[in-house]
Amino acid sequence: MIVAKRKPFDEIMELVKDCKKVLVVGCGTCVAVCLTGGEKEVAVLAAELDMGRKLADKPLELGSITLERQCDREYLEKLDGMVDQYDALISMACGVGIQFLAERFPNKPVFPAVDTCGLAVNQDVGWYEERCRSCGRCVLGLTGGICPVTMCAKGLYNGPCGGTNKGSCEISADQPCAWHMIYERLKAQGRLDCIRKLEPAQEWLDTKPRTLLQPGYKKPEKAKA
Amino acid sequence: MRLNYPSNIRIILVPCTGKVDVIHMLRAIQQGADGVYCVGCLEGSCHYNEGNIRCRERVEHVRSLLKEVGLEPDRVRMYNLSSSEAPTFAAYAKEMTEVIKQLGPNPLKQKAAKKP
Amino acid sequence: MKSGSNLEKVLSAGHFAFTGELGPPRGAHAEEVRKKAAHLKGRVDSVNITDNQTAVVRMASWAACLLLIQEGIEPNFQMVCRDRNRLAMQADILGAYALGIRNILCLSGDHCQFGDHPTAKGVFDIDSMQMISMVKKMRDEAKFLSGAELDGPPKMFIGAASNPFADPFEWRVHRLAKKVEAGVDFIQTQCIYNMPKFREFVRQANDLGLTEKAFILAGVTPMKSLGMAKYMKNKVPGMDVPDEIIKRLQGVAKDKQAEEGIKIALEQIAEFKEMKGVAGVHLMAIEWEHRVPEIAERAGMLPRPKVE
Repeated sequence: MIVAKRKPFDEIMELVKDCKKVLVVGCGTCVAVCLTGGEKEVAVLAAELDMGRKLADKPLELGSITLERQCDREYLEKLDGMVDQYDALISMACGVGIQFLAERFPNKPVFPAVDTCGLAVNQDVGWYEERCRSCGRCVLGLTGGICPVTMCAKGLYNGPCGGTNKGSCEISADQPCAWHMIYERLKAQGRLDCIRKLEPAQEWLDTKPRTLLQPGYKKPEKAKA
Repeated sequence: MRLNYPSNIRIILVPCTGKVDVIHMLRAIQQGADGVYCVGCLEGSCHYNEGNIRCRERVEHVRSLLKEVGLEPDRVRMYNLSSSEAPTFAAYAKEMTEVIKQLGPNPLKQKAAKKP
Repeated sequence: MKSGSNLEKVLSAGHFAFTGELGPPRGAHAEEVRKKAAHLKGRVDSVNITDNQTAVVRMASWAACLLLIQEGIEPNFQMVCRDRNRLAMQADILGAYALGIRNILCLSGDHCQFGDHPTAKGVFDIDSMQMISMVKKMRDEAKFLSGAELDGPPKMFIGAASNPFADPFEWRVHRLAKKVEAGVDFIQTQCIYNMPKFREFVRQANDLGLTEKAFILAGVTPMKSLGMAKYMKNKVPGMDVPDEIIKRLQGVAKDKQAEEGIKIALEQIAEFKEMKGVAGVHLMAIEWEHRVPEIAERAGMLPRPKVE
């Protein structure tokens, strides 16, 4: 899922410093799963803001609500009647949700309370590791299911480089060398041929904002309001 | 055993300190408690395996949140004992009371009295 | 002749090549390049100029290469994938050739984390292998990577690095095979200390016929001190320094360690001269350039051959 990390408290306080009334909007999907922006975390942030602003003798009126998610309009609808009374909205959704929220309420400042930091797997409660960079041209079939773009620090398609250090990446002993792993995985499957040929220069697809239109569905005339 | 311990302590019973969440401790302080402490089983002897460990992590986290916000982290603490250790329970109660007395009343109490 | 460079001529004529290395300065003083170069002139066939080595900003490789040409020394232009995208690389290759540079090394580059701008964006638009193939395309087909024609192909002698000691060992020779297939003309290896492992690597390379398609130059870095040996063993990624080397340096007095280090290097060079599949030696005496004349002399590398 998409994972995000709560921003430092000082930064959030700075963003809302001129506000008197703020609505904290959580999201019940990805950020709730990674324990950053779901209902619980909304309550924690609201409590923190309340205390912090009281101590600074500048009390902040707070509302809080957690939507199913913020990247689907049907869930954002719920806020329509609510938003006017607030000076600003704080969104705990990922960067995608924050933008959709801001788009729906363009006259209301929308502040991010989290830093979106990747597409990750859930190793254990509270422990998430990045696995995908959404490059748009998946080569996992050739690399035994290990992503060279994400897991190799240099994003090599013909790795490993000369810096592998006893199976670790040169950047840290804790970071396994992706190409070492790819080699071991393919060797165990008897598929080393996959990496014997030179993989030609990549055509990067993530250099501009992407749109996905699924075939077999009615073409959109224009984006719904 | 009818031991004495300070009367300013409000006890909230939980089946395991693992049930105590970050928001519970934070709310208590937010609503004016001068201090919050969790008393759990000795580490390694939790009836539910590691509930007390989870509580410890959460207490640490709440302490860092208090610091972020501008309050003294020491207002929230974790203690461990075995359920038969009554004298220790009293001792912890006395210790926590002392700590809080040193820190003074929760600054939020005065602020709450002011109008926004 | 692909490039007509001195290095290419020496290797093609069957001589045992001897190349050196020079790191440009952390500033704009051309004089510093000239001073280091003076030690190397006439003692080596060509000199590598590193490209922001260890991700630390230095005078650009191409610029220091030019200074070398002005001093009458042939440079080996190192270019890493970390700092440039394919446009900049191709542009720089054309410019470098226009200014007289004839040898190029296609390298990945150390991660930015190691350098003085650790949070800079590492480009890695293409990797070293794709770069080799790109330079070959420019040279032999007069085409840019995109397939468009270019006017005035850069006839470069294409080099790359090889590290026989990084894991997984079994894969290293296949990676070398990939580079040879991509079009590499010569290879310089990472500095060698583990001779048994290197002998095995060369044996495998010979078996695959790689040493007939590309010239392999064995990397040698003399240990200046026990401290340096320990540092290389423990702190440099991909480096294999056997305990025997450490023991040898420990066995001599501190002021004799440099001499012992040179002795080890000379022993290695003597063996490389006789090793089937090894076409030369690449001496990396970084920040020790003033010892190169002595090492070259004692290794029997002088005078360097002059090939027309």
